[in-house]
Amino acid sequence: MKFILSILLVGLVTYAIGIYGSLPWWSFVVTNLIIAIALPIKPLQSFIAGALGVGALWAGLAFGIDMANNHILSSKVAQILPLGGSYVALIIVTAFVGALLGGLASLTGSFVRKPE
Amino acid sequence: MRILPFLVSATVTAGLVFTLNIQLKLGGTKAPRLGYFLSPQHGFWKNAEKVNTNFDASILANDLKGDVDVYMDDRLVPHIYADNDEDAYYVQGYLHAKYRLWQMDFQTRVAAGRLSEIAGADKLSIDRFFRRLGMVYGAEQTEAYINEKNPVMKATVDAYTAGVNAYLKQLAPEDLPFEYKLMNFEPENWTPKKTYLFLMFMSYDLTGRSASADLQLTNTRDYLGYDLFDQLYTNQQDSLDPIIPKGTAYAEPSIVPVKPLESDMVYLKKTPQVDIAKVVETPEAPDPNNGSNNWAVGGTMTKSGRPILCSDPHLGLNLPSLWYEVQITTPTHSTYGASFPGSPAVIIGFNDSLAWGVTNAGRDVLDYYELKFKDTTQNEYWYNGAWKSVTKRVEVIKVKDSADVIENIAMSHYGPVMFDAYYQNPQSNGRNLAVKWTALNASTGVETFYQLNRAKNIDDYSKAIQLWKCPGQNFVVATKTGDIAIKQQGDFVARWDRQGDFIMPGGDSSYDWQGIIPFEENPMILNPARGFVSSANQKSTDASYPYYLGTASSFPLYRGISVNQQLAGRTQITAQDMQALQTNNYNVFAQQARPALMKFVELNKLSKEAQRMVGTMTQWNLYNDPSEKGITIFKLIWDSVENAVWGDELAGSLIPLTKPESFVLLEQMNRDSNFRVADDIRTKDKVESLKDQVRIGIEKATLKCIELEKENKLNWEAFKATRVLHLTKIPALSRLNLPIGGGVNIINATGENHGPSWRMVVHLTDEIEAYGLYPGGQSGNPGSPYYDSFVDYWAAGKYYRLLFLPKEKLKQHERTKWHLQFKKAVA
Repeated sequence: MKFILSILLVGLVTYAIGIYGSLPWWSFVVTNLIIAIALPIKPLQSFIAGALGVGALWAGLAFGIDMANNHILSSKVAQILPLGGSYVALIIVTAFVGALLGGLASLTGSFVRKPE
Repeated sequence: MRILPFLVSATVTAGLVFTLNIQLKLGGTKAPRLGYFLSPQHGFWKNAEKVNTNFDASILANDLKGDVDVYMDDRLVPHIYADNDEDAYYVQGYLHAKYRLWQMDFQTRVAAGRLSEIAGADKLSIDRFFRRLGMVYGAEQTEAYINEKNPVMKATVDAYTAGVNAYLKQLAPEDLPFEYKLMNFEPENWTPKKTYLFLMFMSYDLTGRSASADLQLTNTRDYLGYDLFDQLYTNQQDSLDPIIPKGTAYAEPSIVPVKPLESDMVYLKKTPQVDIAKVVETPEAPDPNNGSNNWAVGGTMTKSGRPILCSDPHLGLNLPSLWYEVQITTPTHSTYGASFPGSPAVIIGFNDSLAWGVTNAGRDVLDYYELKFKDTTQNEYWYNGAWKSVTKRVEVIKVKDSADVIENIAMSHYGPVMFDAYYQNPQSNGRNLAVKWTALNASTGVETFYQLNRAKNIDDYSKAIQLWKCPGQNFVVATKTGDIAIKQQGDFVARWDRQGDFIMPGGDSSYDWQGIIPFEENPMILNPARGFVSSANQKSTDASYPYYLGTASSFPLYRGISVNQQLAGRTQITAQDMQALQTNNYNVFAQQARPALMKFVELNKLSKEAQRMVGTMTQWNLYNDPSEKGITIFKLIWDSVENAVWGDELAGSLIPLTKPESFVLLEQMNRDSNFRVADDIRTKDKVESLKDQVRIGIEKATLKCIELEKENKLNWEAFKATRVLHLTKIPALSRLNLPIGGGVNIINATGENHGPSWRMVVHLTDEIEAYGLYPGGQSGNPGSPYYDSFVDYWAAGKYYRLLFLPKEKLKQHERTKWHLQFKKAVA
C-alpha cells in the first residue's frame, strides 16, 4: 500500500513542483528524498517507486505533448541528440532520465529510516 | 540510518544531477544541459506547440496609451489596429518578441561582436572582426544622433523596445524559445541600441563585401600587375543594360573628384609586385549574390490600366526568416508588408496609396586606408607630412569559460583601424588599415521606412528616401494614381576612376573622399517612355553618368538583361504574369555563353563521353528548371573552362585571389579569338589557344558529370540542393534539398542557400490586390507548424493572396482566425 502510495505521491509532487519553472528542473530529487523519508519502504521498493513515479510522469507528459504536436519538434530533436529521428526513442530517453534520477533520489531517502 | 548506503546513493544521485546539469557539447553551438533539456516541464518539450493552438489572448499592458486589437489570419500574420502610432509599434515589438525572440537576440549579439559570450572562444575571431569594423561604434553614433535630434524616431524605437520588453517580462522560464535551451543562454532586455545594431548588420550584409573585396582586389593587382589585372577584372561590360536606360542625359556633376597626380604609380601601382601571405583566421564575407530584383510596370502595360509593383530581395535563406509579415493600421496610415524582427515599421510593402520595394545598389561605400604608425604604441600615424594622433576605443569581449578579451581600437580620422599589429587576416597581409565606411556615420534609416509606410505620392516617397544613407538601395515605387519610379539612393562617394577599388594610401589627403554625391544627382527615372522601371543590381547607369560607380564585380549583369527583355513591349500584364516572371528560370547568361563557347568546341577531338555531355548541353532549353540536366552540365563545363583559362594566372599566389567575373571570359570570347590569357603560362613548350583550354575544360567537367550521373545528381534540383538553413546551421532545424530551379543570373535567383527571401507582387487597383510569401513561417519556433509553413509553397513558385483590409472587414473575413486584445492596464 505504501509502495503504491509512494508512486502516486512522487508523480503528483513532481508534477506540482514542476509547474514552477523558475525552480530547478531537478527539484523532484529533493521532494523524492523527502517522500522516501516520510514514507519509509524497502530500498529496492523505494527505488522502483521513485523511478516509476517520475518516469511514468515524464513519459506521459512527453507522450501527450508529442501527440498534440504531431511529432514536429520531437523528430527534429531526435536528430540533434542523435536518436535517428525517432520520437519514440526520444520519449523513452526522456522517461529513462527521469526514472533513473527519481529512483536514485528515492533510494537515497530510503536509507534514512528503516521501514516499520 | 544506514550511513554507508545512504552516502553512496546520495553521492551517485548528486553526481547524476550534476552531470545532467552541465552543458553537453553536441558540436557547434549545441550544448544543452541534458536533464533540463529533456524535462517535460522545463525543457524542449514545452516548445512543442499544439498543432491546433488557439492564439487568442488578452494582454494587459502598462505602457499603452489605448487599446489595440490584433487579428491573426490563417497564416499567423498579425493585423494590428491601434489608435495611435506608438501603440502600434509597441504591439509590433511585442509580437516580434513573441514569435521571433531568439532570432532577434542572437542576430544582434552577432552584430555586436558578442558571440563568444554564448559560444566560447571558438567564435572570438568573428567577434573581433565585427568590433574592429566598428559595428558597435556605428550603432552608438546613430543612437546618440536619434536621441538628440529626432524625437519622433526616438519615440517610435522606444515604443517598439517597450513592446519587446513587455513580452520578455511575462515570459516564464519554461517558455523560453527552443534555441535558448539548446544553446543554454538567456534572453536579455531589448534596447534601442539593439535595433540600430540590427540595422548595422543589414548594412554590413549589403555593403560589407568591400571589407574583403578591396583587399582581394589589391592583392590580385599586386600579384598580376595592374595591366593584366585591368584586363581580367575589367570594368567594361559590353552587354550592360543599366537601371536608367542607356542614352539618358545627366546634368553636369556638382562635384568633380580630382584624381591625385601620382596615383598611377603610387595607387594603381602599374608595376608588378609580389607579396607573401601570412595566413591566419578569416571571417565569413557577405554573400556576393546578396542582391535583388524589383520592377514596376505602368498602366499602359497592364490589363487593368493600373501599375503593378514587384520586389524580391535575394539574401541568405534562413530559418527563422529575416522577414515577418505584418499589417499596421493606425489613424495616420495603413500598411502591409515584410518587417524585420528587431526593427519597427514595414521594410518592403505597400499602403493604401502606393507600394515600394528595394534592391541593393552595390555601390562601394567602404574603403581601406593604409596607415604608417610612428611606433608600436600606435598612437600617431603619418598624415600630410606630420604625425596625427589617434583616440583609442576600448571594447571588452566577454568570452564564455574564459577571460575577457580587450580590443584597443585606434580611431583615425578615417574611422577605426581594423587591421594592425594586433589583428590580421590572410588578405590584410601585414598592413595597418583604417576603415572608412558610410555605415559608421549616424543615420536615420528607420525614418525612411517610417515615412514610406505613410507615403501618399511620389513627393512623399522622394522625401522619405532622401533620408536614406546606407546601405545604398534602388527604391522602386508605384502609386494608385499611376506613377512609377525608381531611384538609386544612399550616401555615395563622388569617386574618381577606380578610387577605393584598392587599399588607398592613408598618409595623403588627396586620396580622401572628396564629397558625397547630392541627392538630386543620384540616378532616377519617373514614368519612362518604355512603360516600366526595373533594377536587378546591375550598374545603375551607362558610362555617361559623371561619377565612377565602382568595380564591375559588384554589379551582376544578366538578371537585369533578363528582366528588361521579359518586360519590354509587353501589354495586358496581370498580377499572375508578374508572379510567373518573378519565378522565371530562363538563363540569359547561358543563352549568350553557350553559342560563344560552342565556337571553340572541336567535337571530333572530344572523347565519346564528353561528346555525349556536350550533346545534352546543346539540346537543353535554357531554362534552369528543377529536372534539367543541361544546366548542370553547362555550369560544370563553364566553370571548368574558366579554371583552365584563369587558373594558371592565379595559381602561384599564396594569398587567396578571386576568379574574374563570368562576363569577362564570355565577352572576351565574343570579342577576340586570339585571347592572350588563354595560354597556360605553366607549359613553357607550347602556346595553348582558347580551343585547347575549352577542350581541356570540357574533358575535366565530363568526369565530374559522369560521377554525378551515377549518383543520380545530374538534374539541377539535386545538384543545386537548395536549403533554407537554421541560423545555427543545424540540419535538423533546416529544410534541405528543396525541389526548386533558378540560380545565379536567373530572375528566380535561388542558389544553394541564397535567393528570393521575400516575393511580393502588388497590383495597385482601388482595393489593392497583393501577393507574397517568404521561405519560412511566421513562427520562429521549430516546434510550431508555422515554423516553415510557407517553404513548400515558395519552392513550388506559388503565392498567397495577402489580406489587407480595414478592421471591420478583416474581423469578419473567413481567413481571420484569432484575436489578441491588448488592453491598457488601469493603474
